[in-house]
Amino acid sequence: MTGPLLTVAGLTRLYGARVGCRDVSFELWPGEVMGIVGESGSGKTTLLNCLSARLEPSTGHVVYDTRDDGPIDIYAMSEPRRRLLMRTDWGIVHQNPRDGLRMGVSAGANVGERLMAVGARHYGEIRAQADEWLRKVEIEPERIDDLPLTFSGGMLQRLQIARNLVTHPRLVFMDEPTGGLDVSVQARLLDLLRRLVTDLGLAAIVVTHDLAVARLLAHRLMVMRRGEVVETGLTDQVLDDPHHPYTQLLVSSVLQP
Amino acid sequence: MIRVEALSKTYVLHTQGGIEIPVFADAEMSVDAGECVALHGPSGSGKSTLLRCLYGNCKPDGGAIRIRHGDDLVDIAAAAPRVVLDVRRRTLGYVSQFLRAIPRVPALDVVAEPLRALGLPVEAARARAGDLLARLRIPERLWTLAPATFSGGEQQRVNIARGFAANHPILLLDEPTASLDQKNREVVIELIAEAKAAGTALVGVFHDDEVREAVSTRIHLMQG
Amino acid sequence: MTTASGYNFAYLDEQTKRMIRRAILKAVAIPGYQVPFGSREMPLPYGWGTGGIQVTAAVIGPDDRLKVIDQGADDTTNAVSIRRFFARTAGVATTERTTAATVIQTRHRIPETPLTEGQILVYQVPIPEPLRWLEPRETETRRMHALADYGAMHVKLYEDIARYGRIATTYDYPVLVNDRYLMRPSPIPKFDNPKMDMSPALQLFGAGREKRIYAVPPYTKVRSLDFKDHPFAVQSWDRPCELCGATDSFLDEVVTDDRGGRMFVCSDTDHCGTRRDAAQEAAE
Ligand SMILES: Nc1ncnc2c1ncn2[C@@H]1O[C@H](COP(=O)(O)OP(=O)(O)OP(=O)(O)O)[C@@H](O)[C@H]1O
Ligand SMILES: Nc1ncnc2c1ncn2[C@@H]1O[C@H](COP(=O)(O)OP(=O)(O)OP(=O)(O)O)[C@@H](O)[C@H]1O
Ligand SMILES: [Mg+2]
Ligand SMILES: [Mg+2]
Repeated sequence: MTGPLLTVAGLTRLYGARVGCRDVSFELWPGEVMGIVGESGSGKTTLLNCLSARLEPSTGHVVYDTRDDGPIDIYAMSEPRRRLLMRTDWGIVHQNPRDGLRMGVSAGANVGERLMAVGARHYGEIRAQADEWLRKVEIEPERIDDLPLTFSGGMLQRLQIARNLVTHPRLVFMDEPTGGLDVSVQARLLDLLRRLVTDLGLAAIVVTHDLAVARLLAHRLMVMRRGEVVETGLTDQVLDDPHHPYTQLLVSSVLQP
Repeated sequence: MIRVEALSKTYVLHTQGGIEIPVFADAEMSVDAGECVALHGPSGSGKSTLLRCLYGNCKPDGGAIRIRHGDDLVDIAAAAPRVVLDVRRRTLGYVSQFLRAIPRVPALDVVAEPLRALGLPVEAARARAGDLLARLRIPERLWTLAPATFSGGEQQRVNIARGFAANHPILLLDEPTASLDQKNREVVIELIAEAKAAGTALVGVFHDDEVREAVSTRIHLMQG
Repeated sequence: MTTASGYNFAYLDEQTKRMIRRAILKAVAIPGYQVPFGSREMPLPYGWGTGGIQVTAAVIGPDDRLKVIDQGADDTTNAVSIRRFFARTAGVATTERTTAATVIQTRHRIPETPLTEGQILVYQVPIPEPLRWLEPRETETRRMHALADYGAMHVKLYEDIARYGRIATTYDYPVLVNDRYLMRPSPIPKFDNPKMDMSPALQLFGAGREKRIYAVPPYTKVRSLDFKDHPFAVQSWDRPCELCGATDSFLDEVVTDDRGGRMFVCSDTDHCGTRRDAAQEAAE
């Protein structure tokens, strides 16, 4: 019997006197996709960074169920171990794909890097995997040697996703993955993400301010306001029957999420 | 299959000065396999709300909704999201009043999805989806298109096909025939009859007297 | 100790030399690790090997015999002026013979003649950090070294193969020292990389502008990075040296006259000359 993949307890992050996020607790199970929604400045990115080992919390714990040794507090791990975790078992998809890609090396190298980082030393095999992943994210394999600089925003985001998924992570963190993209490109990306997440049985935490994105991708939602979680639950329940005044405001201020 | 105990629900509209809309209190109901229970009552009496509570889409304020899920009895009103999702995947089907179309996904796959979620191979799932769409008279040329551009009636039939696809042990139907013509209504009546015969427990709201007469084994009255 | 010309021995003051020697000792103790040091202003511009000169100044003694090469040649302006610098400031003997030298300062080559125990090879290094092209932040590259987080280094080799069908890096080809630290061997041709591996000589690297010293102690493993299906290989030529007939040395293409005449000759002038002398002796 497996337990939760991620267990978060009493997580608080302060910036001096200002609250980034406060007293957040939840469990994320294998294959579960959780959306974090809330207005600008509500602490979504702060929380995501704390969860993904990129920002040490002021207090609280983030415990990850490692493949080899079971649950371990990610901030108590040795740094090499944490780094290995971050590039094998985890994926991190940045809102701006330029932050998550090496813009100066080819698409193939961007996808292959994680493989090389964990010891792949056969060029042909690395390239074959890069080719396969480019196809999976609907980038023509002929573009494998092109620099990302020549890619459109939607392609960059898909490339970033391929780069993250090539090591078959179990948990992916995404901050506004459809952020600066136009609507039609967003739809395609969402469709792709939805399929990959389902097919690969990925667990994911997706920060978004777009409730339609949340509805499409997330199994469950966490609504944040001023650094605190004000409501959680099954995505359609939170959106169709919101209880907290803030959630109601959020839902009523958009058309048909 | 379903046992509702002391269920109460009040909507509180915080954006409108905290207005409270009590819908029901201490509602009780139970549904067995092979039954089709029709919820009946005036508009606004809470029929849709009750169905949505059964599906976990609406969070009641008190009471329990016990659903037979495999060998377990799950209280949908209290279960964790992942448990509710598992109940929906394996046990609970729902035909809402309107289809919520997923962008870019063709009608055939919208219908096949609940089967895919149960682990059926693509071809088998699509074959079953095609059978249902054909029975519901959706022209084959539409199958590969995303339903967003379909007419209201077409969308509703896709929605019905999706609801019936996986042969869930429990099926919830919210006015499934509302925008359908006579012929399609008859198909839906047939589908419900087949499900009952197969032991499915059904709960539905049927605005059409004729349909309700034809399908329901029992009426559950709701006061306004 | 001062020489006739009034400089402190080998130009640097004793305290500076001690500081550099401490850095060198640390570098020897941790093969391939870049040790920061307080690089001094030298009476030569950066790019003239001020890092190498400071290292040489710190290790050279009055009994040493110094050889200086630039691109394999003892007679280029750079080599001549460095040799003169030490002749004047330290009064040491100089030589062009690899076998006669105790200290060899080099830019861009390792002598063809195998080095022996007791010799010191001092490299002039322009850019010491092998991860710099990949990661501009010093704090991050230091962390990558600390964690031996080097997988991304293969990205560069991958890019070469993707673009040219083979690893096209021919100079300053990255190596892993003692199975631990990733190191830039300075812009020597990869032809010379195998000479670093298990060399009996002490190899010291000095980067003046970047203020780093690193080392490969004698008999240390030095491995060039590669892929299983694209193994490391050195350059080869389909012709021998046109002066000495060597078939196993690194050749330079030189222009011989104004009419576009060119020939391939050993880049190591001492090696080439020694072979020619030997051939002539044998003939006589
Ligand atoms: N590095 C920082 N130093 C100080 N305060 C910060 C820092 N980063 C974030 N904050 C503050 O913490 C709070 C939460 O910020 P955060 O970036 O997590 O919000 P967010 O929900 O991601 O917003 P958005 O939707 O605009 O991205 C804000 O009040 C913000 O100003
Ligand atoms: N999401 C909601 N938020 C607030 N109030 C709601 C919501 N959904 C329903 N209500 C209110 O709850 C009451 C019951 O509504 P419900 O839709 O369940 O009735 P119904 O019996 O299905 O009616 P109809 O026959 O018209 O479909 C109504 O007063 C309705 O206005
Ligand atoms: Mg943010
Ligand atoms: Mg209704």
